[in-house]
Amino acid sequence: MFIDIDDAAKGPDVTFHFEGRPITTRAGISVAAALLAAGETATRDTPVSGQARGAYCLMGACFECLVEIDGVPNQQGCMVNVRDGMVVRRQRGAAVVGP
Amino acid sequence: MQTADAIIIGGGMVGAAIAYGLRSRGLDTLMLDEGDVAFRAARGNFGLVWVQSKGIDCPEYAAWTRRSADLWPDFAAEMADLTGIDLQHERPGGLHVCLSEDEFETRRGQMMRLHNHAAGAFPFEMLDRQALASRLKGLGPDVVGGSFSPLDGHANPLHLWRALHTGYQARGGRTRTEARVTDITWRHGTYRLATTAGPIEAPKVVIAAGLGTKPLAAMLGLAAPINPLRGQILVTERAEPFLDLPLTWVRQTGEGSIMMGDSHEDVGFDDGTRWDVLAGIADRARRIFPFLEGARIVRAWGALRPYSPDGLPVYDRPPEGDGAFVASVHSGVTLAAIHAGPLAAAIADGQLPDDVSVLKAARFHVH
Ligand SMILES: Cc1cc2nc3c(=O)[nH]c(=O)nc-3n(C[C@H](O)[C@H](O)[C@H](O)COP(=O)(O)OP(=O)(O)OC[C@H]3O[C@@H](n4cnc5c(N)ncnc54)[C@H](O)[C@@H]3O)c2cc1C
Ligand code: FES
Repeated sequence: MFIDIDDAAKGPDVTFHFEGRPITTRAGISVAAALLAAGETATRDTPVSGQARGAYCLMGACFECLVEIDGVPNQQGCMVNVRDGMVVRRQRGAAVVGP
Repeated sequence: MQTADAIIIGGGMVGAAIAYGLRSRGLDTLMLDEGDVAFRAARGNFGLVWVQSKGIDCPEYAAWTRRSADLWPDFAAEMADLTGIDLQHERPGGLHVCLSEDEFETRRGQMMRLHNHAAGAFPFEMLDRQALASRLKGLGPDVVGGSFSPLDGHANPLHLWRALHTGYQARGGRTRTEARVTDITWRHGTYRLATTAGPIEAPKVVIAAGLGTKPLAAMLGLAAPINPLRGQILVTERAEPFLDLPLTWVRQTGEGSIMMGDSHEDVGFDDGTRWDVLAGIADRARRIFPFLEGARIVRAWGALRPYSPDGLPVYDRPPEGDGAFVASVHSGVTLAAIHAGPLAAAIADGQLPDDVSVLKAARFHVH
């Protein structure tokens, strides 16, 4: 369970969608933090083993927090701030890059 | 005083392979490594097990490389059995893509020279654009063709490095890290090493310290001009498999990441990165496969190759004493199998293989 301990520092309410579910949070926090606060601890499946994973270091180093944001795959949720209307999906496996 | 049958200085790609081979042949071995402060090519390389382009004007090196590539499948299987680590070795052949007619003709000449020196042992094909396009989808308009050799392959170099250490330890080999060798002397048939972990003695010592090799070899009277040559590499997000064979400058790893390499920069002991060089590497990869433009880069780094003036390996025996060996190469992944096997076997017997006698450091000294 994650509890918000820094309410004062945050901005106005924003609503984004995770896997179709609307989540309302405050502007100024990262996608990964917002997902954790909403109880979404597993936000991707690894392309290697298929295991479910979620944000870990929250500082851009581990790449465990990968999600698809507004159609762009493999974004580090901990490095992107939530915006109103954002559409976030689980990162399922690898991206498609090929020809 | 610590002692051993043989001390291996350097726990990088070359030292770890030789240490593993010596230990596998029953020697009581002690491998010394400087630790994480060291420049370590073992940690920053591209992972090709590469034959075409190696030893174009040195048939002995070309043959040595071919032999190692031939030993790789059994070597990878041995490592997997012993350590449970999958080296992700594959040998689907490899391609070198040419981006101009000039490059293509130069390449053809080089491949012909390799072929002519190899008495039929170096199979290759020059593929024109059409032939290449039937093999690789999504080629950019600048691609004019390329060279293919079925002897080439690739592996996961970090898994290789870890497996060498794990396998060495599983067979009872001893390792000291944070043990930088600062002095070596020879007296009465024994090498005495001063190290940051205390003094150590052995009748046999293998100097395989990458960029630390030059000063160590000098302590035993051998001038081995091994200097840094930087290479920079870019790595993308993991992608669905689209490339089933390695290219000189682009390969897809077992986990799906796309690696793009690399540069050859003479910048001394600076393992940093530069935007202009990285941009050039990305641009060359994009000229080969324009769709790579959409791939997200997740990491970039610089690493230093231990490089000799002619780019060939140095295998030698310093004049002080009769039990010292020096080994330094800039293709430590490719040559890992032959280092762990035939090279280690010869060193265990107190010799260097005849096959590499032309690769002594004496070739750099004008008489
Ligand atoms: C960008 C790049 C791309 C490359 N791509 C490929 C490739 O595709 N295929 C391929 O085959 N090769 C490749 N290589 C080359 C390969 O990585 C090197 O050939 C190999 O790592 C060299 O091994 P080494 O053991 O000599 O040196 P290193 O791996 O650098 O290890 C040297 C070790 O010696 C230790 N040491 C140094 N001085 C001392 C001392 N005084 N006392 C104790 N220990 C000491 C250090 O701690 C270090 O661990 C590449 C290299 C680079 C930089
Ligand atoms: S949680 Fe580690 S990079 Fe985002």
